[in-house]
Amino acid sequence: MILVRFALTVSVLVASTALTGCARETERSKGSSGSAQPSSGTSAGTTTLTIATVNNGDMIRMQKLTDEFTVANPGIKLEWVTMEENVLRQKVTTDVAARGGQYDIVTIGTYEVPIWAAHNWLAALGDLGPDYDVDDLLPTIRDSLTVEGKLYAAPFYGESSMLMYRQDLFDKAGLKMPTAPTWSFVADAARKITDKKANVYGICLRGKAGWGENMALLSAMANSFGARWFDMEWKPQFNGAEWKTTLQFYVDLMKDAGPPGVSSNGFNENLAMFQSGNCGMWLDATVAAAFVTDPAESKVADSVGFALAPDNGMGKRSNWLWAWSLAIPASSAKQEAARKFIAWATSKDYLALVAGKQGWASVPPGTRASLYANPEYQKAAPFAKMTLESIKAADPKNPTVNPVPYVGVQFVAIPEFQGIGTAVGQQFAAALAGITSVEKALDNAQKITEREMKRSGYGKK
Amino acid sequence: MSSRVFPKRKLIFTVVGWLIGITLFFPIIWTILTSFKTEGTAIAMPPKFLFFDWTLENYFEVQDRSNYLQHAMNSVVISLGSTGLGLLVAMPAAWAMAFSPTKHTKNVLMWMLSTKMLPPVGVLVPIYLLFRDFDLLDTRLGMVVVLMLMNLPIIVWMLYTYFKEIPGEILEAARMDGATIGKEIIYVLAPMAVPGIASTLLLNVILAWNESFWTLNLTVTDAAPLTAFIASYSSPEGLFWAKLSAASTLAIAPILVMGWFSQKQLVRGLTFGAVK
Repeated sequence: MILVRFALTVSVLVASTALTGCARETERSKGSSGSAQPSSGTSAGTTTLTIATVNNGDMIRMQKLTDEFTVANPGIKLEWVTMEENVLRQKVTTDVAARGGQYDIVTIGTYEVPIWAAHNWLAALGDLGPDYDVDDLLPTIRDSLTVEGKLYAAPFYGESSMLMYRQDLFDKAGLKMPTAPTWSFVADAARKITDKKANVYGICLRGKAGWGENMALLSAMANSFGARWFDMEWKPQFNGAEWKTTLQFYVDLMKDAGPPGVSSNGFNENLAMFQSGNCGMWLDATVAAAFVTDPAESKVADSVGFALAPDNGMGKRSNWLWAWSLAIPASSAKQEAARKFIAWATSKDYLALVAGKQGWASVPPGTRASLYANPEYQKAAPFAKMTLESIKAADPKNPTVNPVPYVGVQFVAIPEFQGIGTAVGQQFAAALAGITSVEKALDNAQKITEREMKRSGYGKK
Repeated sequence: MSSRVFPKRKLIFTVVGWLIGITLFFPIIWTILTSFKTEGTAIAMPPKFLFFDWTLENYFEVQDRSNYLQHAMNSVVISLGSTGLGLLVAMPAAWAMAFSPTKHTKNVLMWMLSTKMLPPVGVLVPIYLLFRDFDLLDTRLGMVVVLMLMNLPIIVWMLYTYFKEIPGEILEAARMDGATIGKEIIYVLAPMAVPGIASTLLLNVILAWNESFWTLNLTVTDAAPLTAFIASYSSPEGLFWAKLSAASTLAIAPILVMGWFSQKQLVRGLTFGAVK
């Protein structure tokens, strides 16, 4: 009988849910259609902005400073949707492409901006106010977010990649890290430092398959070896000698001086290992500098040094460029309020606000030249100079030794790249794990890319 | 029923039973333990099992950043709502197929099951567009409907199997005594199928509670259930294991407790008809 009663309760619940759901929906649609009637939880004249963002430290800090914005702008309320990067990308892309209008501000990267702007999915930002100082934005970052002369997204934080290393291990081995090392120096040093019995590995690099995982590292690394994704006719280049050298070098280096299970390591796995003292060097995002030098989290905080990403003397280094940026979907009905928020969150005043509350080391890096000229910031962030140099050294419009038809350092800014990049990344991860040979992996990568590019109609013109 | 079990044999069975139980439960225990660690301790190698500085900071942080109660309420409404609605639709369907089968009944059942074989992402865009046009995006009603549709084949199949175990003659006898179809289902069929209905209900509540594809893609803030709550604590850059574990512990707690209290029904329902 208890179960029968339970079933009855459920049916009542269902009915009431359906009814409240419907009622709430009617109320909501009234509210969003701009009528003066109050909608649930908001008073007349209040605009609620739904902001989709990634779960990274700088964004969480922004979320916690919500009140600072809403007090200054009483007519605007903020709703946050924080998600892991891949989940967010899928959700936001579906909504923006289907013009669902669920988000008023989206956090996207330098990969999405040129593609989305070309599809008219984004509203150009236009004028962000007299105090915004758009010329203060770092030129390489600003260029990545500009399409046909119009800024489509404002950078919230920018990053490149650089080499982090353990000064104590280098001293012990009698090595000295140059400011701008070459790959051959890095490989030699990594092999010398490695002490597998003590769980110390010369170098930690990404190995996990994915266009934003191992392919971010390998594409940027390949640039310094003279390799490129496509030639000017959009023909894939994996069958060339440059890619063979790159991949062989990477696989050999990781076999000799990398940690075990490297083909499943991404940013976080390497971060955990570096912080626990298991890595001699680590080439990854510049934002990692703040984590590895934080004594609360890192065992090696006081012995970390920084250097530019390695090169091979061919004029291109192995560093990438990325900026998490705020943009307004064309489908948003609240673009004016959204613009106000973006101007606030990416302004110089916001940087000062975060510095005042949590110190200069917590300020979102990599977007404004004025931040790097600030002596207080330089003092609080010993990695500031190297971050700026790394960002400046990346050139998304001219990323490779030989000319290419695409934009992007560690990616190719075409819609097909997410799929191709991940499929190629799986081949390279298999080569790293020893499941397949370097030659076979490159051969497969070439075939996959050729097939997809043919299917998408590239190179026919 | 009074078969004697030798103490030694009993001991072995008990030990093996506990070992299997602990192995299955280990990931959950580990999640719960991790939720009480700091981010630094959570990634420490070798891992620390019990002897670390226990902290509640992750729970405070999670409470501070998210509205847990709203997410939990959404999960309750969506999972119970979709299961209840599913039962209302599936009961008559399973009744018809079990007691008045035609030569196509098997095909209909197979066809229903085949709809589960399509990867959900294949229909994401059409469903998204439908939801957009019917104004159902980010609503509980929309989620109840879509999860009901997703789980309907399972509910029909389970109920059909349970109903098949009930002799049709009993229903015939009720009819002979003058029972209408409604009375027949409510007073004769339902009480006999209670264990089956209960386990179907419980299993589908769990399935709907854990469903993460549709709940993540079709909700934003208002209807976002606990799956969205958990997803917001995973991060590509930075340590997050302890906070994610705290969020996961909070998310699984209600369903874990429910499973605990109803395990008798669950086991009885799942083994219903297994021994004749």
